[in-house]
Parts: sequence; C-alpha cells; structure tokens
Amino acid sequence: MSQAAAAHAAEPAETPLTPESWGKLGMWVFLAGDAMSFGTLLAGYAIMRGTSKNWPVPAGVLGIGLTAFMTFLLICSSVTMVKGLDAIKRGDQKSLVKFLGLTVLGGVLFLGMQAYEWTHLIHEGLGLTQNKWGAAQFGTTFFLITGFHGMHVTGGVIYLSIIAWQGSKGAYSAHSHNAVEIAGLYWHFVDLVWILVFTFVYLL
Amino acid sequence: MAHSHSQHVNYMAIFWWLLLLTILEIAAGYPSAGPSYPHLLKGFLLVVMAVTKAALVAMYFMHLRFEKVALGYIAMIPLILCVFVVLMTLPDF
Repeated sequence: MSQAAAAHAAEPAETPLTPESWGKLGMWVFLAGDAMSFGTLLAGYAIMRGTSKNWPVPAGVLGIGLTAFMTFLLICSSVTMVKGLDAIKRGDQKSLVKFLGLTVLGGVLFLGMQAYEWTHLIHEGLGLTQNKWGAAQFGTTFFLITGFHGMHVTGGVIYLSIIAWQGSKGAYSAHSHNAVEIAGLYWHFVDLVWILVFTFVYLL
Repeated sequence: MAHSHSQHVNYMAIFWWLLLLTILEIAAGYPSAGPSYPHLLKGFLLVVMAVTKAALVAMYFMHLRFEKVALGYIAMIPLILCVFVVLMTLPDF
C-alpha cells in the first residue's frame, strides 16, 4: 500500500507532451496503436492486390458515388465536432450539445449508408470468400477494412452520444472540457482513416 | 467568431480544402480516363491528395500543429511502420 502511494506521489502532475491532461496523451497513444492496426490492414491490402493476377478495378465493383457522399458526411461531422469544441471553449453548453448531436447524426447516417452498401454488394455476389468479379481476396479485404472502420464509427457514435448526454447535464464548461477535446481526437481520427480507406480501397 | 483562443483556425477553410481535394480525387480516380492516363500517375496523384487530406485533418482538426513537436513524432510512428511493411514485402511482388 505505502509503495503504491509513493509511486502515486512520484507521478508528475502534468505530462510534458500534453500539459492540459494525461487523458489527451492517452488518447494519442491509443490512436497511434490503432493507426498501426489500420496501417497493417492497408499494407496487407496493397500486398494482396500487388501479388494478385485478377484483382478487379474497385470502381467497377464498388459504388463511388455513394461512398463519395459518405466521405463528405464524415468531413462535415468533423467540422461540427470542432465547432462543438469551440462552443464549449466559449462556455456555450447549448451549442456544444447541438453540434455533438449533428456529429452523431453524421456518424449514424454514415453507418446506414454502409449497411445499405454492404447489403447491396452481398446480394450482387461479393462475400468474405467469394467475388464474382475476380480475386476472392478483394471481398475479404474489402469487408475486413470497411468493417473494422465501421466498428470504429459505431464506437464513436456511442462515445460522442455519452459526451453529448453529459454535456446536456452541464458536465462541461469553458474551463473544464478535456473530455470533449479527447473524444474529438478519436472522431477526427476515424474521419482521417476513412479518407485513406476511400482512396486506397475505392479509388486507387 | 473572433474569440481569444490560443489557436485561431479557420475551420471552414479546412472544410473547403478537404471538399476540393475529394472532388479532385474522384476526378483523378475515375476509371474511364482512358489508356493515355498512366496508372502510375493516377496512383501518385491519389496518394499525394489523400496524404494531404489526412495531414489537414491531423494538423488542424486534431490541432497537432499547435501541440508539442514530440507528440507529432508519436503520430508519425504508424506511418513509418506502414511504409516499412510495404517496402519489406516488395521483393515478393
């Protein structure tokens, strides 16, 4: 016990990297690890595609129009997220909840469109182990990567909903809004990853 | 909206840049561009634009531009790893 207490006392009160909060550093370290997961998935995609002889042209199989709109939605939801953070920095709790609500709405719409896209592609004959347009790994990597990203969006929607709910109860103010900023970091990261997924899986 | 923050970011300007780059990306990635448009050029253009967009999100929405430089190093590590993984497997292509 005393040892634990001593260790606690030795812990510096603020982190040299993110003086505002330890939580922010924690989120950055988590995101760096998460980026490695996405990075290896995308690198694996590149390797499978590079070594495949019958990889289909993605734009010929996947709908670019719908996913372009999904990209647009996520970019918009990133803007509403920063607007929400800006609002609470001014102490405007009402606007914080409004902008967080819009951000969550963007995420939910994104997920709805992804569900529609997946349903459509599965009916057309794309599966985890089957692809009528060529290499089966195209289906495997497509569902793995977009699914892993979709799970992140789902997590973000739940995460931001909780922050919005807390915000509506007055949990955040002009002087105390670290949790909003940290949640925002996660949401922007999910947007950033989608930008890369859209380019490498859909357009390239 | 001119409030006294330590960071002054015109978020709408970032939004328009992201939108413009997305439109250019779709134009560059469109499959019916014809054989005169080399695949390598298409790949190069798309990667440059995607990395630019990702950097804009990280620098301005995630405020990395206003953080300590060492935090940027943490953010860069996955990118280095990813490039390394692809380069390591290139001989198998």
